[in-house]
Amino acid sequence: MHFDWPFFWHYLLAPSETYLHGLTLTVVLSVVSQALGTVVGLFAALGRQSRLAPLRGLVGLYIWVMRGTPLLVQIVFIYTGLAAADLFRFYDIDLGVIVVPGNVQAAVLALSLNEGAYMAEIIRAGIASVDSGQTEAAKSVGMTYALLMRRIVLPQAARFVVPPLGNEFNAMLKNTTLVSVIGVQELLLSTETLTSATFRVFELYSVVALYFLTLTTAWGFVQSRIEARFGQSLGSATTPAPSFGERFFGRIGTRGPERPRAP
Amino acid sequence: MTGTSAPLLESVGGIPEAAIDEILVAEDVHKWFGPLHVLKGVSLTVRRGEVVVIIGASGSGKTTFVRCLNHLEEIDRGQIRVNGELIGYRKRGGRLVKDRERNIARQRRAIGMVFQRFNLFHHMTALENIVEAPVHVLGLEPAEAAARARALLDRIGLAEKEAAYPSQLSGGQQQRVAIARALAMKPRLMLFDEPTSALDPEMIGEVLDVMQELAREGMTMVVVSHEMGFAREVADRIVMMDDGQIIEEAPAETFFTAPRHPRSQAFLARIL
Repeated sequence: MHFDWPFFWHYLLAPSETYLHGLTLTVVLSVVSQALGTVVGLFAALGRQSRLAPLRGLVGLYIWVMRGTPLLVQIVFIYTGLAAADLFRFYDIDLGVIVVPGNVQAAVLALSLNEGAYMAEIIRAGIASVDSGQTEAAKSVGMTYALLMRRIVLPQAARFVVPPLGNEFNAMLKNTTLVSVIGVQELLLSTETLTSATFRVFELYSVVALYFLTLTTAWGFVQSRIEARFGQSLGSATTPAPSFGERFFGRIGTRGPERPRAP
Repeated sequence: MTGTSAPLLESVGGIPEAAIDEILVAEDVHKWFGPLHVLKGVSLTVRRGEVVVIIGASGSGKTTFVRCLNHLEEIDRGQIRVNGELIGYRKRGGRLVKDRERNIARQRRAIGMVFQRFNLFHHMTALENIVEAPVHVLGLEPAEAAARARALLDRIGLAEKEAAYPSQLSGGQQQRVAIARALAMKPRLMLFDEPTSALDPEMIGEVLDVMQELAREGMTMVVVSHEMGFAREVADRIVMMDDGQIIEEAPAETFFTAPRHPRSQAFLARIL
């Protein structure tokens, strides 16, 4: 086996500008898609409990399709598929400071719609975890559904939603690699561009793996902080946040299996 | 208990004027849970300032009945009026139809409720619990709402607990805050659903004291309770429920000394 160490160290420690651009794009795509996906998930979760049967059905259909088909298929379908059928084409949008390319728009749309379906289930479970007495008390002082959701139920559901939300974001960071298939120059596609020029696949894929490991590890730190704070303000009704070691090397015992997210 | 002389209701500006004397009128209320007929035609009238205590064995429908009074449970037949206003339904073309959610929420403002399990908002301090609805439902200025809430906390002897979260309070303290939360809405009618059943025995007294004080100040109250001492001392009227019906209704003294219905007699013999 031949491993070109100098080559490896060079690309790991002195990445090119395009590579850093790919890193930025990966982070931006993840943050934006996770944020939008959470908003979509919130409305989908509320829609799933609506009194209007057609709305419930529509949301159910959305969740069913998004969770039942591969994310990779969704990405290609939204960007390439719709365009090929002459249904919809993503054009570059000039926002003044930056131009958002069509494929990046499609990537964000696909990632957030997919994430919305998973977040819907997480938020629905979070809402269901809030004691029904809270809703009754809120009603008894004259709150409408919208107000009691916003002021009483959702703030309390948040503590059940935050831990899985952190895991979702971890998965999101890695799932962004899939949008490389529609030509979005994130980390993986930047790596591929380099490998096609240098043929150093082993070294460069080691580098990209380490970059992702750094991203998810850094996020793990942030997640521990957030969970610790949520646990504090709401007493100790939930299980303690996993320690840093538990988060990365797993917890011995049962905390439910992590959801497989292979494309 | 609290050592304060100022009346409890003064901190919220007293009881609002009521247009009519009969604050609560329930007529022939029926309720089914699936095939189970839990309320079989319950009728009850409560006048302004009256304290009515509903007693009965568990499963007699008394809790379901009070929950119908502010439409936490929908009724299937009959009607309920609070301050002359139909609760949960409105008349359209001579028929009763379900009212809009916004309207039901508005009606509930005037009906305070205290729950067996307190149900304080877990993510808010004692003060925030009391301030929440006056600010976000009634649109009161936060500073004014907080001043009223502090006055209420002071009257129930919990002034120093305003920053405590429910998990940091004892059951009795939580229930007193829950009463203050309901009072902050200036209700015309207060409903109590077994307010002391979830409390340790040594905490029952502090909650009953607050309720007794409220009664003395003229609040109209409907109380589901197993506290016979409280019922005898504070209630104007005792309502005995059995199997989804009111089987006896009498002034407290009469009821406890000379119950008429055999099942009332049996119940009292068992509980006293």
